[in-house]
Amino acid sequence: MIFNEEFETLPREALEALQLKRLQQVAGRVYHTVGFYKRAFDEAGVTPDDIRTLDDVRRLPFTTKQDLRDNYPFGLFAVPMSNIVRLHASSGTTGKPTVVGYTQRDIETWSRLMARSLVAAGLTKNDIIHNAYGYGLFTGGLGVHYGAERLGASVIPMSGGSTKKQIMILQDFGPTAICCTPSYALYLAERGEGMGVDMRSLSLRVGIFGAESWSEKMRQEIEDRLGITALDIYGLSEIMGPGVAMECAGGRNGLHVFEDHFIVETINPETGENVPYGEEGELVFTSLTKDAFPLIRYRTRDISRLMKEPCRCGRTHARMARISGRSDDMLIVRGVNVFPSQIESVLLEIEGLEPHYELIVDREGSLDTLEIRVEMSGDVFSDEIKNLQKIEQRITKDIKDYLGVTAKVKLVGSQTLKRFEGKAQRVIDKRKI
Amino acid sequence: MKVEQISVFLENRPGGLEHVTRVLADADINIRALSLADTSDFGILRLIVNDIDLAEKVLQGEGLTIKRSHVVAVEIPDRSGGMNSISKVLTENNINVEYAYAFVEKSGENAIIIFRFDDIDAGIVVLLENGFTVLPGEKIYRL
Repeated sequence: MIFNEEFETLPREALEALQLKRLQQVAGRVYHTVGFYKRAFDEAGVTPDDIRTLDDVRRLPFTTKQDLRDNYPFGLFAVPMSNIVRLHASSGTTGKPTVVGYTQRDIETWSRLMARSLVAAGLTKNDIIHNAYGYGLFTGGLGVHYGAERLGASVIPMSGGSTKKQIMILQDFGPTAICCTPSYALYLAERGEGMGVDMRSLSLRVGIFGAESWSEKMRQEIEDRLGITALDIYGLSEIMGPGVAMECAGGRNGLHVFEDHFIVETINPETGENVPYGEEGELVFTSLTKDAFPLIRYRTRDISRLMKEPCRCGRTHARMARISGRSDDMLIVRGVNVFPSQIESVLLEIEGLEPHYELIVDREGSLDTLEIRVEMSGDVFSDEIKNLQKIEQRITKDIKDYLGVTAKVKLVGSQTLKRFEGKAQRVIDKRKI
Repeated sequence: MKVEQISVFLENRPGGLEHVTRVLADADINIRALSLADTSDFGILRLIVNDIDLAEKVLQGEGLTIKRSHVVAVEIPDRSGGMNSISKVLTENNINVEYAYAFVEKSGENAIIIFRFDDIDAGIVVLLENGFTVLPGEKIYRL
């Protein structure tokens, strides 16, 4: 099944003609309405009129996460606030999030693309969707919610947490599909099994998992333990939210990027040069149809490769392979973006802590764990245990408040962590995914 | 009337304690009393030694995280009810004990209890007013 047969199966030539037309429009619009883009285009010596072929997108300047931070909170919006109906945000360094806005039409586009994704997973209006993505500033919860309603399916707005209750509802409400992070799906399986629930005999038949990287092995484990088909979804708040790309149940080999709304490129993260189709590179997206927050050549830092070969599902849109890594030091812990620099700035706010720390990411059972080892100076060391525990609790709380992740904090003696002469390697990722 | 104590931060791993005691032994420092407090993550080794300045110097030289602080040493007859007589007075005067450790003095007649109070000066006053023997630091270092 295809939600929007006409656009999802457009012959490549027609699709690319549509992309070009929309690119010319959006480039002209950001040039004239967003000061940042006027300056960036001028600096790059390019004007919207220079875009004559689709390949001319490569002449346009990149947009980076830093640009978003520099224009915090609303500096890149292309419409007045009165036209914005929704704000979302994702975590950024120094506690300042990256803010995105949507007009009514943007919400409608997003809902339709999310509905496309659900249909690509084999869902229809007759499905009951258990949505365990977090509701709030994070785009996951509301993105899936609106898509499910747009499709006409029944949505259970579970949000995250309350695992026991989630398992009760999975049993009692009989949802046929679940949306959450892959690690939470495994955690649900574990907890359910621990409670004596036969998780394979639930009504669930499909899972749509995203917001963190996972592997084929993890997919098999989720499918075995929950007795479902597990599919990959991709999205990021800067570009829209979930529903930028979706793996189809028919092909199960890469995620279709909804190219009538986005131009996707892969570049060499060092040089910024485009890499050929089929080769790994950093994903770069241009949003073609967003009113409130259009982005030109946004560098995602996610590493993947693109495939243009026709898919047996019938969709003509190019596919991106499962995300294989990041081109920066960002960690994704339980679906939350974490930069070591954010943790560093939290630690430095606390008197007596040294800027020497180590982050150890691991996976216990199916959940990511983050341990922070931090050196303390002689000034902060105390002969009383409760004083040291207070510092640990303060760090844990600050990390939770600023970054939204729960970390286990471990104080270590001064000068005990490894020192680096070049680029510090402060992250030890023990996860095997 | 206060005794100086030196505390050392220990990470929970084999060899941590031995490292500290080896450094002290090599510097010919004699440990008069000690207590080792621990949590699941770390330990705090509290020491009273014959030469705290030298101990501080050699431990710091090893890059260890240390702290000097004051505690109170009280001498009581080593018999049943001895400790309780102190606890009773502290309770009545609202003195909070952060931690304590004890050892028996060489003659075997007296016990010495090391206290860390939330308010160390108030603790000393209460003990003295109630007739307890609070030992000066010099006496402990030279035991």
